[in-house]
Amino acid sequence: MTTPLIVSDVSKSFTMHLRGGLRLPVVANVRFSLARGECVVLGGPSGIGKSSILKMLYGNYAVDSGQILVRHCDQIIDLASAEPRVVLQTRRDVLGYVSQFLRTVPRVSALDVVAEPLIARGTPAGDARERAEELLARLNLPKDLWQLPPATFSGGEQQRVNIARGFITDHRILLLDEPTASLDAANRAIVVDMIQAKKEQGVALLGIFHDEEVREAVADRILDVSQFSPRKVAA
Amino acid sequence: MSDQPLLNVRGVSKFYGSRVGCMDVSFDLWPGEVLAIVGESGSGKTTLLNCLATRLMPTTGCVQYRMRGGNLRDLYQMSDAERRFLMRTDWGFVHQNPADGLRMTVSAGANVGERLMAVGNRHYGNIRTTASDWLERVEIAQDRIDDQPRAFSGGMRQRLQIARNLVTSPRLVFMDEPTGGLDVSVQARLLDLVRGLVSDLGLAVIVVTHDLAVARLLSHRMMVMKGGKVIEQGLTDRVLDDPREPYTQLLVSSILQV
Amino acid sequence: MTALADYNFAYLDEQTKRMIRRAILKAIAIPGYQVPFASREMPMPYGWGTGGVQVTASILGPHDVLKVIDQGADDTTNAVSIRAFFQKVANVAVTTKTSEATIIQTRHRIPEETLGVNQVLVYQVPIPEPLRFLEPRETETRQMHALEEYGLMHVKLYEDIARHGRIATTYAYPVKVAGRYVMDPSPTPKFDNPKMNQSAALQLFGAGREKRIYAVPPYTDVVSLDFEDHPFEVQTFEKPCALCGARHVYLDEVVLDDKGGRMFVCSDTDFCETRREEGHRGEMLGDIKEAAE
Repeated sequence: MTTPLIVSDVSKSFTMHLRGGLRLPVVANVRFSLARGECVVLGGPSGIGKSSILKMLYGNYAVDSGQILVRHCDQIIDLASAEPRVVLQTRRDVLGYVSQFLRTVPRVSALDVVAEPLIARGTPAGDARERAEELLARLNLPKDLWQLPPATFSGGEQQRVNIARGFITDHRILLLDEPTASLDAANRAIVVDMIQAKKEQGVALLGIFHDEEVREAVADRILDVSQFSPRKVAA
Repeated sequence: MSDQPLLNVRGVSKFYGSRVGCMDVSFDLWPGEVLAIVGESGSGKTTLLNCLATRLMPTTGCVQYRMRGGNLRDLYQMSDAERRFLMRTDWGFVHQNPADGLRMTVSAGANVGERLMAVGNRHYGNIRTTASDWLERVEIAQDRIDDQPRAFSGGMRQRLQIARNLVTSPRLVFMDEPTGGLDVSVQARLLDLVRGLVSDLGLAVIVVTHDLAVARLLSHRMMVMKGGKVIEQGLTDRVLDDPREPYTQLLVSSILQV
Repeated sequence: MTALADYNFAYLDEQTKRMIRRAILKAIAIPGYQVPFASREMPMPYGWGTGGVQVTASILGPHDVLKVIDQGADDTTNAVSIRAFFQKVANVAVTTKTSEATIIQTRHRIPEETLGVNQVLVYQVPIPEPLRFLEPRETETRQMHALEEYGLMHVKLYEDIARHGRIATTYAYPVKVAGRYVMDPSPTPKFDNPKMNQSAALQLFGAGREKRIYAVPPYTDVVSLDFEDHPFEVQTFEKPCALCGARHVYLDEVVLDDKGGRMFVCSDTDFCETRREEGHRGEMLGDIKEAAE
């Protein structure tokens, strides 16, 4: 499987039991794949299910049907039905994710938050921290913040920590949920450069970018999510 | 992660007369995996934990544990001697109330050293050095080594209990509401400490909690219990971000936002 | 009517003696194990040696020669009372000479003179359970004995070293019997622990209030617990006995006046007297005679 990610006929709905079992279809028959070194941007109006697709791929949302196939240790894994520990292994080794908001852990410094994914893969802590410092420096996070827990950082600062954490590894697939939303132009440009570098390394990226400039700069193609909207099918 | 489970749980049920403690619980636990059991008071999560830790005999069911040698043993068929040996070497049990898991009238150093002495360590100097190292790891000042836990705060006692359990490098630790009686800031420190130790030592943990934030922070996987039954289980992120069962949705939507 | 006619021989009835003897036999068969027995009310208060008295009463025969000591002395209240008790209820011969006795009932001390195969040492025990102070639950301590879980004993010794820089326990110092059961030698000073090891005499322990009997058969290993880097040591005394000049024996401190004057003398009175009869003299002996004149 040279294609890093294949999504096949994935459907997702929410059943709101607290609202009388109301069933909310989100997406249906999602099918696409990512090639090596390709950056695909999810397009379409807000509320159409772009974030939900990323969350399904990452395992935060369950899917009703369909397959999400990635390769891990020479095995094809269907993330839609894999056991939790397999999902976690895949996250550790293959599938990276930069979420929109950083989930902070009390007392852990920004530097350690960034270094953690490398340490989890067996990189010596010293080397991992060195790499984390490089990334934080590149993203212009003031040095006096590095040893502090990010809980009290501004939105832009937290986002840069989050990006550094997502980009520190050599995951073959990277999911990006609006990584540049709260960044200024200079830092946006740096992130664009970092994405270009990932593409050159053969990483497959799937992202949501509302900023048109960034989208133009990084996207190889736009995947219109409205084609997967179940409401459209029903209409 | 190893490709063989550490614990195979099959059909564990506990009845108190006709009342259900827990019912038909089955799952596997892998080395290094942290499993959170959540649910409200009376949902059977502590009963289940006590059955798994052999502190309570289930009415039916079977739990197999992979010993250090690699062979599987049925916990409920073991002799008392074997089970107790396992409990003070390869396992840990962290009680909600530290007084239940500590000896309150002996020093912190002796509390940590007890397990070492129980497995035959007879060198005072080595025991003391190890105890001192562990106090440091759980962020208790080393000059408190000769103080009794009676003189410690709740958070310190809980950290001492954790050190006492981890000193023999167990592979499986049971925790019953480990942050239960603590202040929020003390909780955060303890959680962070536990989180670090668990990943450094590659511990498998089964933690019972009613606090979903604790589950999110510590666990890889979650089981939601209601009325003695497991009603939903899966990856912690998935259960919390996309709860499927009505009760789980109620639990998740009941979290207070700050 | 003779005095004896009011009592069965040695006070206890024969059924009770059989019950106690069965407990003693079991205790001998499992060295160091605490055997429960149906302890009787005795005509003396608990704490005065009711356990030891019941054991002695059960093994006493008409031809035995009984010695009773409290601390090391034959002439203290407790020793005199118990000796008088058995003279009255069994009419047995009594002695203060260790070598002449066939049964020696003791509280605290083991005689300095090495005991022989024809002698039985009966200890009065207040608290038989060595694990009691750290684990108050009897159900738990019994299980710990059964499963040989003795880590707690070392916790106690650890605490001693942590607090005092050495093992400060000087009496009731725990021992392991025949490589299996940990046993409390009771209030005996640890000075006497080595005498229990490989003793030719049978050692019986009776705890009346706690209703337990345990035993160390002749020629049994009795090892005092310790740490590799803090090995078991007995007390040593700087000076020999002030009366008989004996060294390497257990000494009691005797205050002589209200000006800080004191002397150290053998706690074993029989041992001390025998040595003086043999002509040994300590440094204080002359002085005391002079002071008395």
